[in-house]
Amino acid sequence: MVKLILRNQEYEVRPGMTLLDALKKNDILPEAVLCTRDGELITEDEILKDGDVIKLIAAISGG
Amino acid sequence: MKCRTCGQKAVVNMRQHKLALCKDHYLEWIPEQTERFIEKYNMFTREEQILVAVSGGKDSLSLWDILQRLGYQADGLYICLGIDEGLKYSSESQRLVWKFAAEHGLKLHIVDIQKEYGATIPQIALKSHRGRVKPCSVCGLVKRHAMNRIARDLGYDVLATGHNLDDEAAVLFGNTLTWSGEYLLRQGPLLSGAPGLARKVKPLCRIYEREMLAYALLRGIEYIYDECPFSIGSTSIYYKQILNKLESDRPGAKQSFYLSFLDARKSGLFAEREEIQAELHPCPNCGQSTSAPGLCSFCRMMSR
Repeated sequence: MVKLILRNQEYEVRPGMTLLDALKKNDILPEAVLCTRDGELITEDEILKDGDVIKLIAAISGG
Repeated sequence: MKCRTCGQKAVVNMRQHKLALCKDHYLEWIPEQTERFIEKYNMFTREEQILVAVSGGKDSLSLWDILQRLGYQADGLYICLGIDEGLKYSSESQRLVWKFAAEHGLKLHIVDIQKEYGATIPQIALKSHRGRVKPCSVCGLVKRHAMNRIARDLGYDVLATGHNLDDEAAVLFGNTLTWSGEYLLRQGPLLSGAPGLARKVKPLCRIYEREMLAYALLRGIEYIYDECPFSIGSTSIYYKQILNKLESDRPGAKQSFYLSFLDARKSGLFAEREEIQAELHPCPNCGQSTSAPGLCSFCRMMSR
């Protein structure tokens, strides 16, 4: 499985799908996050592999 | 996805520009874009002294980084708000700003609101009508007043803030929902100076928030990731989420919303700026310009 982590929340998706599909499947707006794997930024066309841990970094700030 | 410039693996894809770039070319592209907007909106020159308002967040620290990379004379201003319950938000922000300044050999001014006015932002908010529910409005007013005062007292030509396109689009969205004409007239990349009021500029106003995050990460800028505890559930974040939903379905929608507004105003959809400037009056207490005769909003609030 592939794990997505956004702040304190974890999501699991099946390997083989694109990062964009994984985000949409979990109702995460691609425009509101950046995604890293092993500390490196990756783009949303990346195909997710079994065992991947994708850390999502929220872009929105303010008040 | 490949970098449009060199064909290497891209790390950032910007759908609204139909542009993907690798790390090296992205870190060149962002300062180039910033410089383009500084020149387009006549924000400032390399001969002028710039005061950058730095909060410890990704946008303002990145702006400071970009300006010094571009060779501008930019000093920093950190305003300590005293928001330290729980996660020590202000203390941690100040530490990160101080660290950035020290590592880059940049001059930093620090203003402590509690030392200046005898109370922290949460304490001032508790006593004022405008901050009774949430202190954000009080915080904005106090910060604007302090930034203007420091820029004026220390002789800076211009005050630069790290507002990005998402910030601007969210404010525009809110003001459009209520057709707040006076606020719509004032919003823009540049707010001209007036006696007692520093010129204000937003060099990042055409760059998406997500792109500024990518810049901060790729440059290795350590910034405060946690939100201000008072901003959770704020209207501005709600508007940003709505606009990002729109952007997801229609890439470029946020940019088009903001730029169309600027074009519409330029072409005369709204009243000319001179009409507002003619109505400015100096506050009899602090000397800063205010739209109505008598004390400015800040001095009125602090006198209560």
